[in-house]
Amino acid sequence: MSKTMTEIRWHGRGGQGAKTACLLLADAAFASGKYVQGFPEYGPERMGAPITAYNRISDVPCTIHSNIYDPDYVVVVDESLLHTVDVTAGLNPEGAIVINSARDPEELRPLLRGYAGGVYTIDARRISEEHLGRYFPNTPMLSAIVQVSRVLEPGRFIADMEASFRHKFATKPQVIQGNMNCLIQSMKEVRGA
Amino acid sequence: MSFIKAESITEQSPWQEMTPGGEIYEGGTSRLTKTGEWRSNRPVWDPVKCRQCLLCAPFCPDSSIPVKDGKRADFDFDHCKGCGICWKVCPFQAIRMEQEVHQ
Amino acid sequence: MSIRERLSGNEAIAYAMRQIDPDVFAAFPITPSTEIPQYFAQYVADGKVSTEYVTVESEHSSMSTCIGAAAAGARAVTATSSAGLAFMYEVLYVAASSRLPITLACVNRTLTGPININNDHSDSMGARDAGWLQIYAENNQEAYDNYLQAMRISEHPSVRLPIMICQDGFITSHAVENILLEEDAAVKKFVGEYHPEHALVGRDHPLAVGPYDSCPYCMEHKVMQAEAMKNAKKVILDVAADFERTFGRKYGFFEEYRMEDAEVALVLIGSTAGTAKACIEKLRAQGVKAGLVKVRVFRPFPMDEIAQALKNVKAVAVMDKSEGYSGCGGPLFAETRSACYDLPDPPKMIDVVYGLAGRDCAVEDIEKVYRHLLKIVETGETGPRYIHFGQRSNQEEVL
Repeated sequence: MSKTMTEIRWHGRGGQGAKTACLLLADAAFASGKYVQGFPEYGPERMGAPITAYNRISDVPCTIHSNIYDPDYVVVVDESLLHTVDVTAGLNPEGAIVINSARDPEELRPLLRGYAGGVYTIDARRISEEHLGRYFPNTPMLSAIVQVSRVLEPGRFIADMEASFRHKFATKPQVIQGNMNCLIQSMKEVRGA
Repeated sequence: MSFIKAESITEQSPWQEMTPGGEIYEGGTSRLTKTGEWRSNRPVWDPVKCRQCLLCAPFCPDSSIPVKDGKRADFDFDHCKGCGICWKVCPFQAIRMEQEVHQ
Repeated sequence: MSIRERLSGNEAIAYAMRQIDPDVFAAFPITPSTEIPQYFAQYVADGKVSTEYVTVESEHSSMSTCIGAAAAGARAVTATSSAGLAFMYEVLYVAASSRLPITLACVNRTLTGPININNDHSDSMGARDAGWLQIYAENNQEAYDNYLQAMRISEHPSVRLPIMICQDGFITSHAVENILLEEDAAVKKFVGEYHPEHALVGRDHPLAVGPYDSCPYCMEHKVMQAEAMKNAKKVILDVAADFERTFGRKYGFFEEYRMEDAEVALVLIGSTAGTAKACIEKLRAQGVKAGLVKVRVFRPFPMDEIAQALKNVKAVAVMDKSEGYSGCGGPLFAETRSACYDLPDPPKMIDVVYGLAGRDCAVEDIEKVYRHLLKIVETGETGPRYIHFGQRSNQEEVL
């Protein structure tokens, strides 16, 4: 697989916004001139059911229309999935996994079925509750994966997201700053190796 | 513009000379089909007993009782199918049914 | 100037609909096409279109609404999937036989049952003999472009047949991808206005639509309908040529990808084509002469042209994304194999039924099919002709 393309797999639970985060990442990558794909895999459409979503981000057009089996990066929006879903399946050892957790990355590594690549955590709950007053993990997760993967240039990403939020939240501008704070805070806090 | 007249389409028409989807570009084309020959019973109108109440005309399902200037005339036997509804509804027994004899 | 955007396939269709501003949209939701009426309803609410948006109680009613509207002289559209299309079945034939150019955005999803919401082509393939034109898309760009071409094909006086613009449910309908959109004015100019020769409303002449057609006439009308389907071939190419002149993107009955010297080739429909292209590049780098025929127009079926495209290939796998339960292969196989019957030296040909009910198909899967074709070429033995691929099995399968 040509390294002009980065493949990312998202694991979340229905209602947590993993699909939305995946589409937001596609939006941001598109804004920076990339060829993008963002698509969910549809299973039971129920709150709490495990869901998967995918991103392909590339410098050249990508024609592949299949799920992603050997991702470069994995994002886990709900820590409890580590016990039930093989989240590191096929994950590139040169890549990394980013997990929404208050715990230290090395505490979680034993749950990752021998994965030897990068393990990062971000406390998306605390950041979200601090800046948005509610638990919306997708915004912090989004900037954490950008920070870890560098699939987009972080400065450009932040600028593009602000423009995107101004458009998306045109009717409720009061939430824009909170979301921006989430992005920036998460980039600072994401930790691991 | 293709405005093929219904009367020019017959059971001998080749497909190229028919209308798409069997569309009909004019009204009242059922007159072109002589359904009178389907008749096995024939209504016979007695103008003497008839009081011209005109109850029969609107009941006729085939519009085969011509009414002009407030009075009915004899049946349109090109289209009357001999159903007998006019005989049934006539309050004055001015219509009787006879067996049809086709010539 | 084209507009660089990123949209899902459903968004792309709704966007095209807004640009065209049809007279009537008959709306009933079903996954995965639901978003199309949903996005369009927002355009209606925002006053971006002047369309009469009719919410109905079933798909049978949505198609019936389209039939009534089209007979009245309106440009009528709808969208559906799977069981929704099946529920239209009776009236699909009425639309076609009444020669009403209705545009249906079909977001392909498997036909129940067993109950399943994912992609395959069994819904539109089930309706392949209903007298509708069918055009399929590989990606969101093609779904959009096909939709822009649909009405000019369907409304052409020599055609006058309803049209399905199909795309793969979820795989493209719910996937955000890069897309080039065209400007509203350019789209309106390209699509043009609809002025049918005959209509129930707004004409000096009366009209009767869909009368009882007795035996001495009905077969003649069906022959006319069959003739219209044949006429559509020229119109499809003419419209595609004008589309290319106007917007620069080229379309035909099918796309030939690396077929110039191909020894092994796939024939398939829809989003899998993109995956196959990636596989072809990988194989070509290893010296394998692999090619692809991606069928875009399935109705009318481009029989002679497909045969010409395959005449020099040694082995072909037709990949059917629907199971026809014929006991001997899917619908695309039947058509393609029949097309090659008159070739002096037809390729060896197998049917690979794959991707049913959302079973995923990756580059590695496509590679297995090509490898199997290479084995057929090497041994000269076609082996089993009707193969299922991607299912679990307790015995060794061909693929």
